[in-house]
Amino acid sequence: MTERSEGTDKHSTVGPVTEQEASRGGTVQIEDVAVRFRMKKKDVTALRDVSLDVAEGEFVAIVGPSGCGKSTLLKLVAGLLKPSSGAVRVRDEAVKGPRHDIGYVFQRAALLEWRSARRNILLQAEMRRMPADRARERTAELIAMTGLTGFEDAYPHELSGGMQQRVALCRALLHEPPVLLMDEPFGALDALTREQLNIELNRIWRETRTTVLLVTHSIAEAAYLANRIVVMTDRPGTIAEIIDVDLPDERDYAATMAQPEFARATGRIRDLLGAASAAD
Amino acid sequence: MVSQSTASSVPVAGVAERDRPGPGERFRDAIGRSWRPVALLVALLVAWWVITAAKLVETYLVPSPAKTLQVMSDKWGYIWHHTWVTTYETLLGFVIATIVGVLAAVIMVYSTAIEKTLYPVLLFAQVIPKVAIAPLLVVWLGFGLAPKVVVAVLIAFFPVVISMVTGLKAVDPEMIQLSATMGAGPLQTFSKIRFPASLPHLFSGLKVAVTLAVTGAVVGEFVGANEGLGYVIQQANGNLDTPMLFAGLIVMSLIGVVLFVLVEFAEKLLLPWHASRRGAAVTTTY
Repeated sequence: MTERSEGTDKHSTVGPVTEQEASRGGTVQIEDVAVRFRMKKKDVTALRDVSLDVAEGEFVAIVGPSGCGKSTLLKLVAGLLKPSSGAVRVRDEAVKGPRHDIGYVFQRAALLEWRSARRNILLQAEMRRMPADRARERTAELIAMTGLTGFEDAYPHELSGGMQQRVALCRALLHEPPVLLMDEPFGALDALTREQLNIELNRIWRETRTTVLLVTHSIAEAAYLANRIVVMTDRPGTIAEIIDVDLPDERDYAATMAQPEFARATGRIRDLLGAASAAD
Repeated sequence: MVSQSTASSVPVAGVAERDRPGPGERFRDAIGRSWRPVALLVALLVAWWVITAAKLVETYLVPSPAKTLQVMSDKWGYIWHHTWVTTYETLLGFVIATIVGVLAAVIMVYSTAIEKTLYPVLLFAQVIPKVAIAPLLVVWLGFGLAPKVVVAVLIAFFPVVISMVTGLKAVDPEMIQLSATMGAGPLQTFSKIRFPASLPHLFSGLKVAVTLAVTGAVVGEFVGANEGLGYVIQQANGNLDTPMLFAGLIVMSLIGVVLFVLVEFAEKLLLPWHASRRGAAVTTTY
């Protein structure tokens, strides 16, 4: 609970996350957070009154209209952005600057085009100075897990969008982060690839038991993947409702879609988002 | 290039084959690419020959291609020596301009204060006609190598700085944020992300710079020298020796072309990922 000094910060979070550290659990607490930007001499409130508790190993999806501050929320958790008021805690530590114990996936894969798929994944290890053999072993595991086998030596421009996003996911998971942050990771993909990656993400989440915060535009994606869905309203962004999805963690795609619980959750999100835009 | 595949075991061999054609295919490609400029060059030579052969212009004003070629072969040793001098000055100027330009760009990108201070000075240095300060440099630095190299540096420096600054700033901001979550320090972010990402921009600047460096060296020689192609041309001009003048001009252009090709070759060698992507973008027509 004590605030970490700069020195211990480096030692505790850079490098592979040790088992001991991982056992501390990937919890996230957002307490009454607000974010204001100053644009053209005018204050714009991006987020206000946002409070959210994410339990260890939980999968939370965040949906809402464009520009409601969903991505801002992820950046707060990652420590890439400082809240104007309120507090963010990751694994029972106050967030002060970029967190090194998270994995981050953007909508664009953001791969280095001069590196092969494998070496893009290994960037994570190089930056953290992970032991080389451990990094190689882990990369091989992830490549197999995400179905990248055979594409290890391909360069980003030789890969499809779905394959590129798989590489980005591997890179985000290499150091076994307790918390995985995903900002519309499948938003740029075609429907079929997206569906396939949703199925894979469900499996990967169950295998790694990492805490996931997923920002998405897709209502179906949110309901298929998440334990809880945070529905946000438009500017200033705030939480309209948090919906529990009462489905088992292991989810067959078609069968889940047919569940009454799935229909209830998606229906509720539509109601809320419709109400949010109608109130505009 | 790889067709989007759901099967995870598709090998990348297909990619490799398409990216690396066999020697025969590469030779045919090279001919396919270069016949147009070669044809244009031949057409110009023929035009030159027709103009002089038909005596449309006095031969003391425009010598015939044959005469020019004869001078080049007769005075081979003389031309070769001065060619080397100019090439040496050019290369030295180009290398110094590259090193100083890249360093200046890095410093400017990392410090807004320095950028704001340095930018107007750079712009001022760029807009001063180099021909006008060359005499001053000769007064300061003498008739030797130094003033030529300095003019070459001054003239080649600007495109290097501008392209490098653009390159360093063009990095995907999400990549930088990602690097922060990886616990990377500024040095690591620079060496593994920013610097390699800026290289395609740098190389387009280097291609401009290397041709400008030739001009710089020759301008330096014009003002005061007893060596180099600039000197050769001035001598030939004084003697109304137009064949030698033409020979000098041709060799000078060849230096520029050869150096340009060398930089382009280095780019292909160092940035294969960039070259292949650019190639793919250009050949979209059928």
